[in-house]
Amino acid sequence: MEQKIQNEPLPLRSRLTPIEIERIRADFPILEQVIDGNRLIYLDNAATTQKPRVVINAISDYYRKYNANIHRGLHYLSERATEMYEHTREHAARFLGGVDPSEVIFTRGTTEAINLVAYTWGEQNIREGDEIVITEMEHHANLVPWVQLAKRKHAVLKRIPITPDGYLDLTNINEIITPRTKLLAISHMSNVLGTINHVADLAAKAHEHGAVVLADGAQAAPHLAVDVKALGVDFYALSSHKMLGPTGVGILYGRRDLLQEMPPFNLGGEMIREVRFDNVTWADLPYKFEGGTPNIADVVAFDAALHYLEEIGMDRLRQHEMDLTRYTIEQLSAIPGIEIQGPKEVEQRGGAISFTDADLHPHDISTYLDAKGIAIRAGHHCAQPLMRVLGKIATARASIYVYNNEADINALIKALRGMRRYFGL
Amino acid sequence: MSAPLDDMYRDIIMDHFRSPRGRKQLPVVDFSSNGRNPSCGDELKLQVKLEDGIVKDIYIDCQGCAISIASGSMLAETVKGKSIAEAKRIAEVVKQMLKGENAELPNDLEDLDSLQGVRKFPVRIKCALLAWVTFMEGLEDYEHGHGEGNVTTEEDK
Repeated sequence: MEQKIQNEPLPLRSRLTPIEIERIRADFPILEQVIDGNRLIYLDNAATTQKPRVVINAISDYYRKYNANIHRGLHYLSERATEMYEHTREHAARFLGGVDPSEVIFTRGTTEAINLVAYTWGEQNIREGDEIVITEMEHHANLVPWVQLAKRKHAVLKRIPITPDGYLDLTNINEIITPRTKLLAISHMSNVLGTINHVADLAAKAHEHGAVVLADGAQAAPHLAVDVKALGVDFYALSSHKMLGPTGVGILYGRRDLLQEMPPFNLGGEMIREVRFDNVTWADLPYKFEGGTPNIADVVAFDAALHYLEEIGMDRLRQHEMDLTRYTIEQLSAIPGIEIQGPKEVEQRGGAISFTDADLHPHDISTYLDAKGIAIRAGHHCAQPLMRVLGKIATARASIYVYNNEADINALIKALRGMRRYFGL
Repeated sequence: MSAPLDDMYRDIIMDHFRSPRGRKQLPVVDFSSNGRNPSCGDELKLQVKLEDGIVKDIYIDCQGCAISIASGSMLAETVKGKSIAEAKRIAEVVKQMLKGENAELPNDLEDLDSLQGVRKFPVRIKCALLAWVTFMEGLEDYEHGHGEGNVTTEEDK
């Protein structure tokens, strides 16, 4: 199963220039901060990204001018708010490669989107002895719901292992994905290793056996042009806050026929057609899955984030990140004692770069860098089973986004060299 | 604003981190105790040899951050040769000190004072605590005739 994942390299003339990057940086007020005399260098984008002014303003505009509850109010504000909320849904449907807006469900984030599937589709379809296939590189969000579902249903959880250089090991894939497979739940891009998984190939394989496929797009959607139909997945989950949008908003894309068969998730207002004391009928898609008043303001502001990303262009964003990832890996590799986890080929990976130091715990690395104004992440990154596979107690992780530049990486590298001296290594 | 780095990584701490004490395995032990903070990934193994009510020798193996390694090393250095009662009292004082309670360190143990700097880094307090809590729990289990215990300080906020 060979598949080239991403992007012929863009011609030089259409790449983001340093001046454009400077302009992009200027759109992010938080990056102007100076911490203890150091310019803030934000390299924790896989955890959450910063917000451009247009997103921040969209939240404030919404509360200043449009705030009302949606879908029921028969007044101007409610109609405007409803329109804006639904506008984001249509926008997101286009962003995901052109799906039907009724297949786009707003959630609180990726975690809730995956739990929605586990508690509705999973409860309804997984039976004793069925097999659920995941990978060794899953984030807990795409792992814990399936571990628990398998326990509840006495189903079998199988996993695709990884190779030492951080790719999925497909050697025994025909023994892992079988006619007993009911669900393949797979990360589109690893939050620890950066690996971009060959979701389309694996989805095709799972579909041969009639399985359903869910991809966790929390890390991929912010960095790659995603076309869920081309990927061939049945469910796709993402989080707004990892792609310049507000926290508290996520999306579950689901194939219409599957969503229609699924029972609702949160029961209450908004998600009903008719309620009697002895019987309730459900609202149409996607409202069946959006019980209660949703996070209207942040959904509305998410539209501004999607728009901002499209203005840059996902292909140009991706090219910039590949270039910066290559530079980061080269520079990190030159520091004695530093070991990079995950693929080195930038075409096969995103810009979440995990590394370890032979002599220092990642928490010491993170504390030291923090004192220099550099924000990275250290720990197990909500992937404890993967840490065990890697034989590491934790890793440090620098993760880039479109507003990062070589100067950020140079500061990181300089600080890491200083760190080894500071600790007497 | 983050606290200055040197407040936490004081010279004494760095010295213990670079050359931790108590790394010699013991041929015979009276009790052992394991500490583990899963969210950090820190793991600590501690073995103690007692003789006539005295901590005769202590072995401590810590895989973790500089703070947990240094703190474990300081524990080994401090309690070796002390009576069980005295060792317990010191461990209790260090625990209180790290949790920000009023605690007087004995005059001859001023080195331990350097652990105070960790308090400016709240998420790291549990790292400094791990060895001391593991030691106390191990001792308690030993005195009550229980087996090897498993300890964490991650619920300690």
